[in-house]
Amino acid sequence: MVDPLFILEAVINGILLGGVLALLALGLNLIFGVIDIVWIAYVDLVMLCMYAMYFMVTVYHWPIVLAGVGSLVLGAALGLLVHILIISPILSSPPINQLLATGGLLFFIQSFATLLWSTDHRSVRVNLPVLEVGGIFISFPRLISFALALLAMIGLYLFLTRTFVGTAIRAVSQDRDATALMGANPLRLYLVTSAVGGAMAGIAGALLIIQYAVHPYFGGAFGPLTFMICVLGGLGSMFGAFVAAFIMSQVISVGGVLISTEMGYVVAFVIFIVLMFVRPGGIFTKRT
Amino acid sequence: MLELDGITAGYGAFTALWDVSLRVEAGEAVAVVGPNGAGKTTLMRVISGLLPLRTGRLIFEGADLSGQKAYDVVSHGIAHVPEGRRIFPALTVGENLKMGAFLPSARSHYRESLERVFTLFPVLAERQGQRAGSLSGGEQQMLAVGRALMSKPKVILLDEPSMGLAPVMVLRLFDLIRRVREEGYTILVVEQNVRQVLKIVDRAYLLEVGRIKMEGRASELAEQDFVRKAYVGA
Amino acid sequence: MSCGRLLGGLVIAFLAVEPFLPLGRMREYLVHVIVQIFIWSFIGGAWSLMGRFGLVSLGHGAFLGVGAYATCLLWNFFGMTPWIGGLVAVLLTVALAVVIGYPCSRFQVVGHYFGLVTLAVSEVIRLLIIAERDWTGGSLGVSLKPAPSDSSVWALQFADKRVFYYIAMTLWLAGLWVWVRVDRSMASRAMEAIGEDETAAASVGIHVTRFKLGITMLSAALTAVGGVVLVQYLAYANPDTMSGIGVSLRIVFAVVLGGMYSLLGSSVGTALTIALSEFLRIYFGIKLIGIAETIYGLVLILCIIFLPSGIYGSIREALRRRSSGSSTVPV
Repeated sequence: MVDPLFILEAVINGILLGGVLALLALGLNLIFGVIDIVWIAYVDLVMLCMYAMYFMVTVYHWPIVLAGVGSLVLGAALGLLVHILIISPILSSPPINQLLATGGLLFFIQSFATLLWSTDHRSVRVNLPVLEVGGIFISFPRLISFALALLAMIGLYLFLTRTFVGTAIRAVSQDRDATALMGANPLRLYLVTSAVGGAMAGIAGALLIIQYAVHPYFGGAFGPLTFMICVLGGLGSMFGAFVAAFIMSQVISVGGVLISTEMGYVVAFVIFIVLMFVRPGGIFTKRT
Repeated sequence: MLELDGITAGYGAFTALWDVSLRVEAGEAVAVVGPNGAGKTTLMRVISGLLPLRTGRLIFEGADLSGQKAYDVVSHGIAHVPEGRRIFPALTVGENLKMGAFLPSARSHYRESLERVFTLFPVLAERQGQRAGSLSGGEQQMLAVGRALMSKPKVILLDEPSMGLAPVMVLRLFDLIRRVREEGYTILVVEQNVRQVLKIVDRAYLLEVGRIKMEGRASELAEQDFVRKAYVGA
Repeated sequence: MSCGRLLGGLVIAFLAVEPFLPLGRMREYLVHVIVQIFIWSFIGGAWSLMGRFGLVSLGHGAFLGVGAYATCLLWNFFGMTPWIGGLVAVLLTVALAVVIGYPCSRFQVVGHYFGLVTLAVSEVIRLLIIAERDWTGGSLGVSLKPAPSDSSVWALQFADKRVFYYIAMTLWLAGLWVWVRVDRSMASRAMEAIGEDETAAASVGIHVTRFKLGITMLSAALTAVGGVVLVQYLAYANPDTMSGIGVSLRIVFAVVLGGMYSLLGSSVGTALTIALSEFLRIYFGIKLIGIAETIYGLVLILCIIFLPSGIYGSIREALRRRSSGSSTVPV
């Protein structure tokens, strides 16, 4: 029997992990919800920002907070670039072309990163203590990541509900023509959405590099997980993605402790497939 | 104030409007009536910029707005209440009205405009936090009009406002339009319900198969026998 | 027209006798490349049975992986002949297709959403293969245990690659035959109706779920067969080259490049992409790791943006326009 303290620790770690996963899922969902295109290469943008963090901190010796801001800005810039160069030309193409375009981007980014930086793993060393609370060990970087991820999500929520532009972004996903009649340019709103989605990738990158090492195929681990979370929560549903992120992270974390790290993932995947069979529209959709 | 000069427009190979000319003076209420498929909605979409025109000109307060996109046209002071209301269903009533004030010029008067709309339509004030999609047809129409008012427009285009409304709501609707008119707004309304709309406007045009067939004072048109018989109103 | 026919005839003649042409060492290399083209064209064709009707799967790597690994592992651990192992693999793959396809059909999961679901499934398969490394070999892959004798029909392993050449060619031709049969069947018309408007199709009595599921199962089964032949030829299975998003995208890319709606589209596209990969591999060698893939990705993106109907499709359109003499009337 596993020590209940380990399980509690796993649950807490799961929650902490869930925070960043939720951030990733929200970014992807925001873009899909508004522009109706799935950025298959989304997590690879995160990977690029992680590399940027690595270089800013370890090579150019920027203070980590400043680097974090830099990552956010880079993310937003990448988001804009992707939209302008790749998405806008194919906005009215059939879904298959749109999926292939962002898929091609995935190939391109992953191999370009390999070309530039080889497959070596790189990480950012953070000198932060490991917290111990009543026998449970919590990694400080992980705790900070969680807190910042939460802050970012709250920020996103406020942006989407309190500001004019944010409300307009929600409006354009419901009725594009009517939004234009309000004086808001839908294409410009798409740009803002892409920048915001990219910024979230930038934030996620900054939060992930202090926990994990980066390499060109980082997307191969976190990508499928993010997609699964989005599908599980119902693609386009921000709330669903948020909840699904924590569910998956719990399964992975607790399963990892109960059986093995690998099996934790395996169990999560099997649960995903089973849930897909039962509720392919996402766990919150009603069965019609 | 608003002048259409020889407008031709359509969808793809299909032409819906042929050489349409009309004008609306400041402070007037003008109606465009006609049967289904006459091109009335197309006309509205051309004016608000949702549909490009092929020939002709659109002049508003002396400025040529031909070919401008919808989000630019509205900044000149033309508000379009689209056919079918087209309110944002997942946004609340309050958020819908907020969207109406998106224009920078409207944002600065946001609070003031909101008060005005709530005074005109108290029901909207009551249901501020409610999801717009859950409102009744009549309430949605009020919201759509209120939303248009938030942009501080000079002229309001109303596209088939009575469509899909129960007869009792229709009467209330036209009363509402009259009240908006009394606030001083210039109105161009497109309607199938000829009898009701002619009661509240000054002048009217008859649009049939994409062409203006008749125009005149509302009282004159209302007396036309064939108008009354052919297009049955409530 | 006769120019095209002549060219076609030359290609066919060449393909028929290539393994016996006196081309020295080039011959072996060409055999290898052409076998790959045959098999991957077959797989691409299997995918296009779904793709052309709007069921865009980004997860065919799952079917390929299950097909390849099931056959390989059944042989390695139980000595089961791939003829039966392959059948088991196909059944497993079809089961997977039903598990995913049925709910998606019933709940109208389509378009981007369906693409993402299938992508996730293919990644799950890949990660499962890697996780269960004790018996699957994980990321390093697994080799097919050599048969007792050098060449054995029972074990479907042959020392002389040329046997595989003709097996692959037969497979490829069989795939074309299936494509034509599906194209001409009532199912094709039903699927087209479904692709245009599901509700309308259902209202005229077309059993939407049954057709969508049927096509999915057929596509999955054929892909699995392709996986069986592939693993037997390569005598090696690897989770990254036979499952996951990478291979899934490559399959789709090749077909879309060649043109999804034509019989030879998959073959043309596959031939082009494999030729491109080989060229890049030879040109850059091991000098700059990753440059080949980078260019591949770039070419893919540019093709999608500038050649939406694929290379083959675009050429056909251009030829049609030239022969008709007039420009098409915009509608």
